[in-house]
Amino acid sequence: MNALLWLIVGLPLAAFAVLILPGRAMGARRSGILGTGAVMLSAAAAAVVSVRFLRTMPASGHFTAPAWQWFASGGLAVQFALRLDALSLAMVGVITVVASLILLYSVRYMAGEEEYCRFFAFMNLFVASMLLLVLADDLLVLYLGWEGVGLSSYLLIGFWYKDEGAVLAARKAFTVTRIGDTALLLGIVLIAMRLGTLRIDTVLAAAASTWQYGGALPLAAALLLLVGALGKSAQLPLQTWLPDAMAGPTPVSALIHAATMVTAGVYLIARMHGLFELAPVAMRLVAILGAGTLLLAGAAALGQSDIKRSLAYSTMSQIGYMFLALGAGAWTAAIFHFVTHAFFKALLFLAAGIVIHSLHGERDMHKMGGLRTRLPVTFAGFTIGVCSLAAIPLVTSGFYSKDLILSCVATSPAGGTLLWTCGIVGALLTALYSFRMLFLVFFGERKIEPAPEGGLPILLPIVILAAGSLTLGFLETPRGLGSVALFSNMVKDVLGAPASIPVSGLFRGAIVLFAVSATLIGFLGAWLIYLRKRSPIMSLSSVPLYRSARELANRGFGFDALYSAAVVRPFTWLANSNKADFTLVYPAIIARFAGAGALLLSLTQNGKLRLSVMGIALGAGLLIAIGIFS
Amino acid sequence: MTPIPFEQTLILAAILFVIGLAGVLARRNLLLMLLSIEIMLNAAGLVFVAGGSRFNKPDGQVMFLFILAVAAAEVTIGLALILRQDHCARTLDADAADRLRD
Amino acid sequence: MNVLFLLAAGAAVVSTFVAITRSNVLHAILYLIVSFASIAVIFYLLGAPFIAALEIITYAGAIMVLFLFAVMLLNLGGGAIDQERRWQPLAAWIGPAIAGLLILGELLHILMRHWPVGKSGTIVPSVEVGRLLFLRYFIGVELAAMLLLAALLGAGRLGHRSRITPEQRGSGHDADSL
Repeated sequence: MNALLWLIVGLPLAAFAVLILPGRAMGARRSGILGTGAVMLSAAAAAVVSVRFLRTMPASGHFTAPAWQWFASGGLAVQFALRLDALSLAMVGVITVVASLILLYSVRYMAGEEEYCRFFAFMNLFVASMLLLVLADDLLVLYLGWEGVGLSSYLLIGFWYKDEGAVLAARKAFTVTRIGDTALLLGIVLIAMRLGTLRIDTVLAAAASTWQYGGALPLAAALLLLVGALGKSAQLPLQTWLPDAMAGPTPVSALIHAATMVTAGVYLIARMHGLFELAPVAMRLVAILGAGTLLLAGAAALGQSDIKRSLAYSTMSQIGYMFLALGAGAWTAAIFHFVTHAFFKALLFLAAGIVIHSLHGERDMHKMGGLRTRLPVTFAGFTIGVCSLAAIPLVTSGFYSKDLILSCVATSPAGGTLLWTCGIVGALLTALYSFRMLFLVFFGERKIEPAPEGGLPILLPIVILAAGSLTLGFLETPRGLGSVALFSNMVKDVLGAPASIPVSGLFRGAIVLFAVSATLIGFLGAWLIYLRKRSPIMSLSSVPLYRSARELANRGFGFDALYSAAVVRPFTWLANSNKADFTLVYPAIIARFAGAGALLLSLTQNGKLRLSVMGIALGAGLLIAIGIFS
Repeated sequence: MTPIPFEQTLILAAILFVIGLAGVLARRNLLLMLLSIEIMLNAAGLVFVAGGSRFNKPDGQVMFLFILAVAAAEVTIGLALILRQDHCARTLDADAADRLRD
Repeated sequence: MNVLFLLAAGAAVVSTFVAITRSNVLHAILYLIVSFASIAVIFYLLGAPFIAALEIITYAGAIMVLFLFAVMLLNLGGGAIDQERRWQPLAAWIGPAIAGLLILGELLHILMRHWPVGKSGTIVPSVEVGRLLFLRYFIGVELAAMLLLAALLGAGRLGHRSRITPEQRGSGHDADSL
């Protein structure tokens, strides 16, 4: 078991090490097989581990696989160890399965790329870092994985390094998440200083026993961890990097910026939920930020023309849902939504990738149309993904997970009516923008002739992900619809049951009804606006107010402009004005002095022999004099 | 014969050495510069022999022999170079050879 | 005898001084030979007859004769003496005189500070010199021999006259083969 756990992390890491060295020397075929095979083997190992773990669940509910002691200094001892419990099991399962499918897709999708090998190397680095992050037993090891995914994200967004836009986007992503990373590191330092340890379960136990509920210390630690999570998960106010990150290849967007890296923040908060429970102010902030993001991103998604940017805002919005759940204390609901979201969002991105590819690089949705007959499998997959995203009732997994979140938010003491209302409005927006995407791309008249769909490696992942999007919901169904509680039973030792105020069955039914109606209203709205020939949108687009609102939504509500004016511009002004530093006068004086001295000394180099001999003689005299008088 | 006080030979050697040094510095003709260098070498050899005699060891004389060999070799090459210089530049002026300058 | 030493020393100093101030190169060489002879006498008085002989044979006999040969080969001609006079104004002696006197002063100062005691004059037989030379310093002998060989080869190569006609003789250019 020990070895298997380390294999899960080690196999992709070894694949990265092998793939990064030869560069183009390793053929495309070999790098594809190695890159995909490593992650698939890792998934297989994960499967074996899960079966073993679930069958013979250890008494403590978790299993630790230590490797070596990293360091022990100043009273802090850090072990390099992996920890397997129900939460990390769920994460590992999702990550490895989704990553394998996406890498299989990339084998064909990225074919013909010049730096094929490098792509697979970096993807493997990412998978290894993400797995390390979720399997970490110690906060410092978690931080190591955290940094690793940040690095891989930077490398992969800027994969096409000759494109200036991609490079700038990669830099922006790294810089913005860096703010979060710094806060996370400060939080880790605070915890280490105050609690003397960084092992996660020891930290949680020590915090519960020594720190006061509502005290300043847990609040500070929780807030710092929260900022770290905000950066990585692209939530308010650190969300500006995610839409630009779509400049990377589509499999990258699917894996990193939809399914896994952006959910690292969610994992962090869920893992450290014991700490957050001690700081109700922080939890409230989590919920507020989550609600705010989901509304903002949902509205922004409505104004996007680029299909990938639209999906990026959608991701931002769905993670907002997860944060909302976390803030309401519904840890299980958040993780469950993560599981379902990973599947349908990856599905949507991969399908979008096929669309973009077959339209020869066209990303503007308004230039697409009528593709449903030409790309049937893609159409089916995209439709399933959209339905799951919009939480179409009963058949899709998204419905079950979103419903779980909404009911937990409504019934939890940390939740409340306002937050729940935000969730409902968000559900409406979600349905609206997701069906908008579907109708714009696949219905209507065909504007560009698409190339035919790809072969098996491209379509098989779509099929599998679609199947997952439909069936995974049945792991956890609400009380009125079967009361399946497989998921929550698995994780209840780690995440606990959400606290809830007792409500009647009628109340619960009303909540579900509201959610369903929000979805249906959104669907209807999208139908009316985007599908019908003479839609009201045509007349509205002549109204300037509508136009400017849409521009605003397109720009993500001006956050980029705000940060540019408030942070970037003053900083660059400061750096530029420092170029002509007054302290540079001193080195200039020295340089001038040295130059003059050199000029003076060069007069002695007149080539005359006797001058040199005179110099030697006088020098000898001088040395003897020094010898005499010292 | 009466022994000679050691310091007198040293003073003599010092005077001869300084005369040679002044010769090197003052004269422009390459031949005379080389000659002055021989004077200096000879003065140094005198010190060695005097020292060997003072301490009653033959080492001083051996040293002088080596100095002699070195001086011979050096004069050989030096004169060959001077001949070469005269062949090319038609002058023996030390100040004329100032191409190695800044 | 001390008188002899003082006479020989005086002769050496005077003749050396005169040698470096001559305008005629040949005169300078001849005066230097006188100086070397005086120093040979001093060597004899110091109890090193072998070295005294070597001084005459090698220094005065071989090295100075080499100089004479070089002067002969240079074929300087009459204008050389005037040229020397032009090159040596009195002013040219000021700097060297100062430098020389400075160093002489320093050396004398050191001498006076650590006034050596002792007398030289006992004869060290040449047998001892020979024994030392070939037992302890034989490596030095070998090296000196190699040095002389190198000097021989170098001088042979350097002195090699390339066949250029008088017209081709430039003014101050570096020659072809060096």
